[in-house]
Amino acid sequence: MKMLKGGYMGNKNKMETRNLNLYYKGFQALINVSLPIKENTVTALIGPSGCGKSTFLRTLNRMNDVIDGTRIEGEVLLDNDSIYDVGVDPVVLRKKVGMVFQRPNPFPMSIYDNIAYGPRIHGHKKKDTLNEIVENSLRAAALWDEVKDRLHKSALGLSGGQQQRLVIARVLAVDPQVILMDEPASALDPISTAKLEDLIHQLKSNYTIVIVTHNMQQAARVSDFTGFFLNGEMIEYDVTNTIFTAPRIKRTEDYITGRFG
Amino acid sequence: MKTRLSDYYEKGIKYLLGLIAGTSILILFLIFFLLFREGIGAFHYVGVLDFIFGTKWLPVSEPPHFGALPMIIGSIIVTLGAGIIAIPAGIGIAVYLAEVAPRSVREIAKAVIELLAGIPSVVYGFLGLTVLAPIIKDLLDLPSALTAFTAALVLAIMALPTVVSISEDALDAVPREYREASLALGATKWETTVKIVLPSARSGLMAASMLGLGRAVGETMAVLMVAGNAMIIPHSIFDPVRTITANIAAEMGETVQGGLHYQALFGLGIILFTITFVINLITDLIFTKTSSVKRGASL
Ligand SMILES: Nc1ncnc2c1ncn2[C@@H]1O[C@H](COP(=O)(O)OP(=O)(O)O)[C@@H](O)[C@H]1O
Ligand SMILES: [Mg+2]
Repeated sequence: MKMLKGGYMGNKNKMETRNLNLYYKGFQALINVSLPIKENTVTALIGPSGCGKSTFLRTLNRMNDVIDGTRIEGEVLLDNDSIYDVGVDPVVLRKKVGMVFQRPNPFPMSIYDNIAYGPRIHGHKKKDTLNEIVENSLRAAALWDEVKDRLHKSALGLSGGQQQRLVIARVLAVDPQVILMDEPASALDPISTAKLEDLIHQLKSNYTIVIVTHNMQQAARVSDFTGFFLNGEMIEYDVTNTIFTAPRIKRTEDYITGRFG
Repeated sequence: MKTRLSDYYEKGIKYLLGLIAGTSILILFLIFFLLFREGIGAFHYVGVLDFIFGTKWLPVSEPPHFGALPMIIGSIIVTLGAGIIAIPAGIGIAVYLAEVAPRSVREIAKAVIELLAGIPSVVYGFLGLTVLAPIIKDLLDLPSALTAFTAALVLAIMALPTVVSISEDALDAVPREYREASLALGATKWETTVKIVLPSARSGLMAASMLGLGRAVGETMAVLMVAGNAMIIPHSIFDPVRTITANIAAEMGETVQGGLHYQALFGLGIILFTITFVINLITDLIFTKTSSVKRGASL
């Protein structure tokens, strides 16, 4: 791989995949994917739908384990340790590598209980501690001011954009190191999307973020690095600016300029 | 021309459906009216309170007594007993099928459960009488195995398919997104089931329980065969009891149409109808509450 230029090049690899192959029963959804994920940066994954972006994202917190019949080859490292080693408990891993899904999925309970769910699971029982975690998480997700007077109302009463930030706050509440986002803005209106992008920008200083998006402008706006996927392969990875202005590979250029996908 | 025809068609369907809905409500009212017309005489003769709280049911003595309390208690004990057994067991089985079992086991189990739901109650009663009762008698060392407990057990077995299949549907309807969100937060499968899936399916599980109870309270043949049918207020669940339904079935043949005894049995029918109605009403209220949560009102 050629030398990458850009402000975050010196950051260490928070995560990394090496020659990753994934099979759904007989179907190979990921082919030999090798990708670094630099600490305290935003890495965007782009590509036409069905090319394996979600599948790749879900290998990073072992959410594919839940699906029957998946098989994986190659390595996925977190802080240089393989997360698929026999000794690794996926439950512990997922506390470190949080995930935000495509559609906002708050639980059918109060805003407070949604945020407190993770910390409670992980053993926080004291009311004061929980209150503090809930407030801090909501502040960090830029939602506190909008919901502080209705913490004990159902989370399902929030708008789509608020729900998505709630879900992010819920992830922050378990104090992860990496946050995976799978097309987090695809169900949101432009204003909510802008708020979400601002938020991603702020979160970068404390977390490592991987975001899947089908919106190229979004990838260009929020990310430092971009990986382009096609038919299960990672075609090109580079500093976002380079990918969008001077891609090395023709297929990347064709996709970015809208010639297919 | 074409639009007009399809217009008539639309209207026709609408009226037809309206007619069907109207008819079923009408039939319900007719049943209630009939029950009342035939049964009200007994309430007049005995007095409503004495009918409900009276402890002696002696329809052919002179003067006759019509106190329904032993049967009301009998019905309630047997139904509650069945519920206490069938609801936890049914929900437990449903959780296993929906959350744990591999797909193949699940498909087979669902087919078997549907089959069980279709078996006539006499068969359950007969099996209860010939198989279950002797076992209970030996195990618990009872003088007679035909008790409230036996009846509750048989009813529980009968209600189980209903509870399981409706609970399983309710658990299945919990969005996959909830489970994924919980797992992605580092919850175990078990934590996810207990803290997210079960609460999310709460209203459906309640409905399953209520429908199971409804099936138990209205059951006649099986109970008549295994409950022992003694007209006493039971001191424990190992006493024989007579339920409202069993009594109506047992005595209806001996009555003269329009006579006091006949009216008293219809009076029992009114009480049973009321109990069932209350169970359905509760189920209904729970369903309404669910839909308001779905619309986003506060929990
Ligand atoms: N659970 C699954 N079982 C079988 N095939 C799947 C499953 N999930 C995804 N796939 C297939 O894997 C490929 C990649 O899917 P996905 O990762 O969702 O793509 P993307 O997120 O880029 O749209 C697609 O061809 C899809 O049909
Ligand atoms: Mg996807």
